[in-house]
Amino acid sequence: MDLHGFGHLLLAGTWITLKLAFTSLFFGLILGLLGAAAKLSPIRILRWIATTYTTLIRGIPELLLVLIIYFGTTEILLRMFDKYIEISAFAAGVTALSIAFGAYATEVFRSALQEIPKGQRESAMAIGMTRWQTFSRILLPQLWRVALPGLGNLFLVLLKDTALVSVIGLDDLMRQAYVAAGFTKLPFTFYLMAALIYLLLTIISMQVIRLLEKRANRPWQGARS
Amino acid sequence: MSDLIIQLSQWLLTLTQGAEPWDSYARYLPRLMDGVWITLQLVLLSGVIGFLMAVPLALMRISKNPWLWVFPYCYIFFFRGTPLLVQIFLVYYGLSQFESLRNLGWIWTDVLSQPYWCAIIAFSLNTSAYIAELFRGAIQAVPKGETEAAQALGMSQRQQYQHVILPRAFGIILPAYGNEVILMLKGSALASTITLLDLMGATRGAISRTYLSLEFFLLAGFIYLILTAVLIGFFRLLENLFNAHQRAQDMKINNLDPQIKDKHLEDSVR
Repeated sequence: MDLHGFGHLLLAGTWITLKLAFTSLFFGLILGLLGAAAKLSPIRILRWIATTYTTLIRGIPELLLVLIIYFGTTEILLRMFDKYIEISAFAAGVTALSIAFGAYATEVFRSALQEIPKGQRESAMAIGMTRWQTFSRILLPQLWRVALPGLGNLFLVLLKDTALVSVIGLDDLMRQAYVAAGFTKLPFTFYLMAALIYLLLTIISMQVIRLLEKRANRPWQGARS
Repeated sequence: MSDLIIQLSQWLLTLTQGAEPWDSYARYLPRLMDGVWITLQLVLLSGVIGFLMAVPLALMRISKNPWLWVFPYCYIFFFRGTPLLVQIFLVYYGLSQFESLRNLGWIWTDVLSQPYWCAIIAFSLNTSAYIAELFRGAIQAVPKGETEAAQALGMSQRQQYQHVILPRAFGIILPAYGNEVILMLKGSALASTITLLDLMGATRGAISRTYLSLEFFLLAGFIYLILTAVLIGFFRLLENLFNAHQRAQDMKINNLDPQIKDKHLEDSVR
């Protein structure tokens, strides 16, 4: 395919897409863990906050979330400090995507936590561990194994959702394809190219997830199974 | 209907007496409602077309003949592995690259160059890939005893599918199909990027005139939440109708939500 010298732009865009996806993954995982902890906590108000969070976010379009964060934040800052502070498209994108990822990750982590046998928590309590110790030493290490398939799926969704941030002007893969299509008047070529790059990223992610799952399930492979 | 909304809007305007953002809300109510109507059309039409396309795709996909399953496999893989935004742009902007398509007469002027139909085409293609995958899982999940019973009754392959397997599979995928339609509702906001005045597009239009960005985005979010809730309620009803035998059972969300548990990926990963 002749890319008319726009190949390096697409690559630069791919790099930004990847940075966006991984930064959002990092913050999204933290939000998800916090959300799951809140959903299972004995404190009613925390449970209520977490449920509201997941219900609201799962009910509105991701595009709307990106726009709310991008335009809404500047407006809130304008009203609070009475001057115009523009936040970068990247920061807005990371915030929006993390919030969306976190809402779904909350559900994944919550069900993963519930899948760990209750006896383990009780044993930890019986030998005098605090709640935090139980969480960090007993539950968290096992959580990854159970949560990995769900999180892997969510990451693939996240990777595709990064394209939405191009709407607010971040120079990601989608946006570069848009620019190149405008210059060369070859929209099909460039959008197809972008689609193929997204597909490649998806395939690579799936393989990595498979490896991670294999690694996490090591104790269950072997003679016994 | 639209007369009623305009009257309601004028009545609300007399109530708000210029207080923002309520005044602008009342003023733009008719346009937002037009947007809601477009959004619903997008979701319903692509939901139905996608479903109709998904059945043959799924049947081809479960075939053991490589000539039959390769096409749906690649189709499903492409549409699930790339962002919906790219797919919309491919249809709306991409197709104009081909001279031969532009010479097709009414197909070009009335369908392929219209954002409305392009959005419907893109959404249908996208959602059919997801539904086909759901369907495949469901067909394989039909208890073996039921197909054996059908065989024992002397049903032909075609009769088995028509009277036993497909109706059963439909009941099995219903909850997941409901989720897929809700994802489609959220995805339909992308139609605004190709200048369509759906709820999202109408909201952005209102913002460009009033500069009340936060207020209108939050209002749109609220309306989307209501639409989601209505769809969830509608599918609950359908589920009760089709899966009456398991009405009392509580479904585990992880097994239903395509974003959390995804049979297709699990299968193709291993």
